[in-house]
Amino acid sequence: MSTMSQSPPSLRDERVGQRSLLSGLLGRPEIGALVGAVVLFIFFAIVAPVFLQANSFATVLYGSSTIGIMAVGVALLMIGGEFDLSAGVAVISSALTASLFSWYFSTNVWIGVGLALVVSLAIGFVNGWILMKTKLPSFIVTLATFLMLTGLNLALTRLIGGSVASPSIATMDGFSSAQAVFSNDFTIAGVDVKSPIFIWILLVALTSWILLRTKVGNWIFAVGGDENAARAVGVPVKWTKIGLFMGVGFCGWLLGMHNLFAFDAVQSGEGVGNEFLYIIAAVIGGCLLTGGYGSAIGGAIGAFIFGMANKGIVYAQWNPDWFKFFLGLMLLLATIVNLVVKRRSELK
Amino acid sequence: MMTTNESELLAHPPAPLMELENVGKSYGNIIALTDVSMAVDAGRVTCVLGDNGAGKSTLIKIMAGLHSHDSGTFKIMGEERTLRSPREALDAGIAAVYQDLAVVALMPIWRNFFLGSELTLGRGAFKRLDVKTMKQTTKSELARMGIDLRDVDQPIGQLSGGERQCVAIARAVHFGAKALILDEPTAALGVKQSGVVLRYILQARDRGLGVIFITHNPHHAFPVGDRFLLLKRGKSMGYYEKKDITLAELTGQMAGGAELAELAHELEELGGHGELVTEVQAELDGKSGTAPGDPAAT
Ligand SMILES: Nc1ncnc2c1ncn2[C@@H]1O[C@H](COP(=O)(O)OP(=O)(O)OP(=O)(O)O)[C@@H](O)[C@H]1O
Ligand SMILES: [Mg+2]
Repeated sequence: MSTMSQSPPSLRDERVGQRSLLSGLLGRPEIGALVGAVVLFIFFAIVAPVFLQANSFATVLYGSSTIGIMAVGVALLMIGGEFDLSAGVAVISSALTASLFSWYFSTNVWIGVGLALVVSLAIGFVNGWILMKTKLPSFIVTLATFLMLTGLNLALTRLIGGSVASPSIATMDGFSSAQAVFSNDFTIAGVDVKSPIFIWILLVALTSWILLRTKVGNWIFAVGGDENAARAVGVPVKWTKIGLFMGVGFCGWLLGMHNLFAFDAVQSGEGVGNEFLYIIAAVIGGCLLTGGYGSAIGGAIGAFIFGMANKGIVYAQWNPDWFKFFLGLMLLLATIVNLVVKRRSELK
Repeated sequence: MMTTNESELLAHPPAPLMELENVGKSYGNIIALTDVSMAVDAGRVTCVLGDNGAGKSTLIKIMAGLHSHDSGTFKIMGEERTLRSPREALDAGIAAVYQDLAVVALMPIWRNFFLGSELTLGRGAFKRLDVKTMKQTTKSELARMGIDLRDVDQPIGQLSGGERQCVAIARAVHFGAKALILDEPTAALGVKQSGVVLRYILQARDRGLGVIFITHNPHHAFPVGDRFLLLKRGKSMGYYEKKDITLAELTGQMAGGAELAELAHELEELGGHGELVTEVQAELDGKSGTAPGDPAAT
């Protein structure tokens, strides 16, 4: 919040001392990630000058957005104190639902898209509901959903479409209008910009506002920070958490629809392992694994770091084998920076 | 509900804020509470005393809506109720401050103060937190309770234990609680901070709240309490008005006279500190002259 520098004098106290803009900034959860992103950007700008061209930057942003859209939901969930290991495959489940349904029943693809939204939200709801009913750790509950969805994606796609990939829906009614919404290319000042970038930015703005400026945001921090305390003061803990899982479901639907309409078919075995990329983005972005602390912007910066490392290695003409090593190093550095920053700001 | 006894009707308002009659609670096969009766009136402090595991927390969790009772009756303003959630309790005007789960440590003080009862501006999709008013209210409400905070944007975890308790108490008072439950608010505090918390208890009482004060320590309970409920192993050991009991008797009842005598003896054997031994001895004899008087005795 920017209130540090602008709060009215009545809110100040002589014992606070000079709390400069800098120390206010240092208290922000995403500061470590921001520093990391700047360093990484400068690094790639030096080793691969192509990186600085507008077109390459748009490509980096696009890569970031395909992680970032999910990282937003996952970051919020993490602030709320939970994980979702099914987030990666749930994206594919959503895309498969839309394509298989409209293909099998030969309906307008928009009907499939609507059904996919219902299914995605339902997956989130079920995850959250089981968690709240059983009080099991979300790690276990969503690991189970992850396995079940992985199996369902493969089995149902083969059963309905007869192959490992869903059949093409390119010629079906509503395909082009849906494509225009979920996977569109805009040309801005000669640069090719893909629509998920805008969806991502909108999503980050919306969730930042929710987190910092609404009741629900207050509740999200509270249920992650101390569930019992939140319950004792009357916060609807159960519905906040279920809502967060459904939020991840919604993000999964957005990305799933993009994946589907970027082409016209989906590989049923995809998505496995991506859940970790989302969690990594959130953690690099300064979300505390134990909950109660973090930001949506942080998750976005985490995803941007991911995008830069992913594409930067290509632009630098290195072997992509290095990518995972890079990602691991970034994760380690970012979490250490976050830890140091957090300890520092707590000492003040 | 009307009390049949005329003299009692004169002494008390007709319907106490809360009234428990023969309330019992068990966790599976563990019986935590049996046949406990007590009443809470506006502008009075009811103390619940007992050793570890006596069932104090269980009792207040029933009143605060965290657990529901299995037997007996629980009346709020004369109406029989079973609370199913803390929200229900809050809506009925019952606020609880727990020793360890009163606040979310990582959140700023003002967010904690308004947690669950946030102020908003605007409507519909544009409904947003009224941050400015909330910060100012937090600051002024706490100042009213005599707590001078540095910065309401600080995470509440950075406050001392006593300050945190006070924020939680101020919060309950601000949100118009009629009854305030405090679970061992002084247990982890030093002498001075305990004094501060005890003063807030009296302030809350003077603002017309019915206070339920749970403690191990008769020295904390006696000066502020109007009534005392003694619990032992889930059973009521006695329920006294202040005029019917002295600090020495209260201490004696809590420890059990024989156990205290043994303690005095042991301390002496160990060459214990002279003062401590005399103090224990004095309490045993029932003439502890050092009992602090009720600062606001009526
Ligand atoms: N959730 C629970 N499940 C099972 N048994 C419980 C539970 N909570 C409390 N008990 C048991 O009920 C009894 C009373 O516990 P309670 O917490 O009410 O004691 P207390 O008087 O608050 O003690 P302390 O002074 O240590 O806080 C204890 O024997 C305890 O083991
Ligand atoms: Mg207790």
